[in-house]
Amino acid sequence: MTGTVRPLAADGIDAGPKGPSTGERPLDRLKLIRWSDFSLVPVILVLMVIGFIVSPVFLTSENLISVVQQSSELSLLVLGQALILICGRMDLSLESTIGIAPVVAMWLVLPAEGGRFAGLGLLPTWSAIPLCLLVGLAIGAVNGFLMLKLRVNGFIATLGMLTMLRGLHIGITEGKSITDVPESFRYLGKSEWLGAPAAVWICLALFAVGGAALAWLRHGRSLYAIGGNPEAARAAGIRVDRVTWIVLAVGGLLAAFAGILYTGHYGSVAATQGNGWIFQVFAAAVIGGISLKGGRGTLFGALTGVLTLQLVVNVMTLGGVPALWNQFLNGAIIIVALVISRFASGEKQD
Amino acid sequence: MDQAPPAVQAEGVVKRFGPTVALDGVRLTVQPGESHALVGRNGAGKSTLVSVLTGLHRADAGTVTFGGEPAPAFGDTTAWQSKVACVYQKSMVVPDLTVAENLFLNRFDDHARWISWGRLRRRAERLLADYGVQVDPTTRARDLAVEQRQFVEIARALSFGARLIILDEPTAQLDARGIGRLFDKLRELQAQGVAFLFISHHLQEVYELCTAVTVYRDARHVLTAPVADIAKAELVAAMTGEQSAGATAWHADGAGAAAAASAAPVLRTEGLTVQGQFEPLDLEVRPGEVLGLAGSAASGNTALGETLAGMRKAGGGTVRVHGRAVRSGSVPHALDAGIGYIPEDRHDQGLVLERSVAENATLTVTDQLGPWGTVLPSRTREFARSMIASLDIKTQGPEQPVSGLSGGNQQKVVVARALAREPSVLVAVRPTAGVDIKSKDSLLGVVRRVADEGNAAVIISDELDDLRVCDRVLALFHGRVVATFASGWNDGELVAAMEGVGERE
Repeated sequence: MTGTVRPLAADGIDAGPKGPSTGERPLDRLKLIRWSDFSLVPVILVLMVIGFIVSPVFLTSENLISVVQQSSELSLLVLGQALILICGRMDLSLESTIGIAPVVAMWLVLPAEGGRFAGLGLLPTWSAIPLCLLVGLAIGAVNGFLMLKLRVNGFIATLGMLTMLRGLHIGITEGKSITDVPESFRYLGKSEWLGAPAAVWICLALFAVGGAALAWLRHGRSLYAIGGNPEAARAAGIRVDRVTWIVLAVGGLLAAFAGILYTGHYGSVAATQGNGWIFQVFAAAVIGGISLKGGRGTLFGALTGVLTLQLVVNVMTLGGVPALWNQFLNGAIIIVALVISRFASGEKQD
Repeated sequence: MDQAPPAVQAEGVVKRFGPTVALDGVRLTVQPGESHALVGRNGAGKSTLVSVLTGLHRADAGTVTFGGEPAPAFGDTTAWQSKVACVYQKSMVVPDLTVAENLFLNRFDDHARWISWGRLRRRAERLLADYGVQVDPTTRARDLAVEQRQFVEIARALSFGARLIILDEPTAQLDARGIGRLFDKLRELQAQGVAFLFISHHLQEVYELCTAVTVYRDARHVLTAPVADIAKAELVAAMTGEQSAGATAWHADGAGAAAAASAAPVLRTEGLTVQGQFEPLDLEVRPGEVLGLAGSAASGNTALGETLAGMRKAGGGTVRVHGRAVRSGSVPHALDAGIGYIPEDRHDQGLVLERSVAENATLTVTDQLGPWGTVLPSRTREFARSMIASLDIKTQGPEQPVSGLSGGNQQKVVVARALAREPSVLVAVRPTAGVDIKSKDSLLGVVRRVADEGNAAVIISDELDDLRVCDRVLALFHGRVVATFASGWNDGELVAAMEGVGERE
């Protein structure tokens, strides 16, 4: 029954930067794997055992599928943030992008009359998804402009962007939820492929693509050099600013895509969509071994970070912890998981 | 002067950092009211001695006394502060606090619970007036001129009771008038019995200010003499050592360059300049030639190397490789033109410390390691293995992070990165800084080999051993070429040119 979770891990290993390659002696292959990237795997296994003890419902496929389904949107934000963190930057505005991108897309395509939400009806409905992705890309590009061209502080710039976009979201929707979700959103968010939600497969595929890019593409590899030592990267001929800019835009793109999945899944965009997620995103990334200083971490690690957080919430819910205590426990778990992964990996998290 | 105990006396001080001996039984005596110069080339042990004298490092052996009393216990910062202070090149004041606050930082008031700003200001005024420093205590430290900032630091040190002030390259950032004001102030304080240990690369200043001089070389004490009794040439000879052993083997014979003199230059610059760093410069480096650009960091030769490598945009002029102009300020273009770069500081621009040897060594050739922009791990490792073998890098394997390598082997990884594209021009800035003697020889051998294969090499350094492999050496001082030396130059002459001796006479 754990079959739905296991493939995750298997795919993730391929996504690690130093994945197994053919024609190497086993000892060499062993050295390629940094064990610290796997430090959360035992934690996840322990959580599953606890889950099984707490409630027989835990190991049902419905429950496990719902866990990975709920992980999928968060994991896309973590994917984007992980890439940005690896090249030594951070982007707080991802949590607003997940809300504002679908809202702008729907605003442009929904008819001005007839629905509960008055859009502009400027563009055909099929363009909703491309528009949404474009908005995400543009937000990332603006962040890049602020950080790389104007050289303002990235933390504050994206904090401003986060607040501004949240305000734009509320302004456009007048603080109400939009329920007239385009069919294309619904399809991606709701349909099932091969017995699991499409969103889960898409996330896995994106993590695999991202991991492969970090492992085998020269521009992907360059992220580690840029994050580890931007001056050395520049001296080696890497176009540091250009690559960073692209990564920031890709981060926005992924957040917008997460917005599509989330909106499609729940059939509406709430005014608070994504509110407060950024803390979970950072927590998952750092627990998963991504350094906030850049240059270190793998996407597989980031993925295990997301799963750990989601499993904890699931186990607590099944264990009958009152929902009012969830936030407290969530914070506590982040701190505990941080300490565990700090010592399991033996590396300082700075 | 003989009656009073010396302001500081160090005897037989030994300090080791792992296998390297930074100080090998050195001694130093500074009398009260004396300005004593400590000179020596890089790596002579000057800064280590400063660390020992200021209590930052514990000596492995030897004794230090201040005013006849033994040095305070290691770690007793307050006690050390009352004996000695060092004014570093780097500012040690908090730039956004006022002068008054900086003077009494963390000892604002002895009795009151609240800081009385008025009293603090008056105390600062009194202190500054005592030493004749004309600085308004309400100025923010960042608004001070460099020498004023130094005065404040000196006044602060004296207010702790210190009677020995160490000045580490105090004139490096000063213009001539600032130097004059600094020296006037130092003489005044000397008259009040304050002793100074003056560390400088400018021998001229040593003659202007100091009464005695001590020379260190290769972690050892070479001589101590009154300045009046020692000629400049003698001083330079003591700093360099008449017979620099070992590395002479690398002295270029100049034959290769002579043979290639007729060939078209590989690297040519015309009027190359960077504002405030170096003046328009025409260079030609022919195939098989190693050109040395000698000079201290302030001479502008480092900036020249960075400009050649595309790290800096030139203010004017052109760089040509094999006659083709290279776009200024773009490393990718410089790499494509065939310029390989060994940066000055391997931690700064050279290495991504946490990544593997293989990754660092192949950073410049990621476009050659697989089809369609891919980097195949197998090919990366293969490439790295060949580099490890050809440069004899001591590592557990290509996957080891470079942070785990020794300095010399780290530097070899930087060299590997520069050589990976088989450059036709190799620009090496201080390529042997902080590496052991054996790695030094092999690194310089690599540079020589690159040239012998028909390429051009430029070595930018102030280390004589680095410059020995050059066929031709240009000495830079304050951004200008002040002298040209053919292979077989005399150490003293080159050092004198680099130190600007003759410039300010």
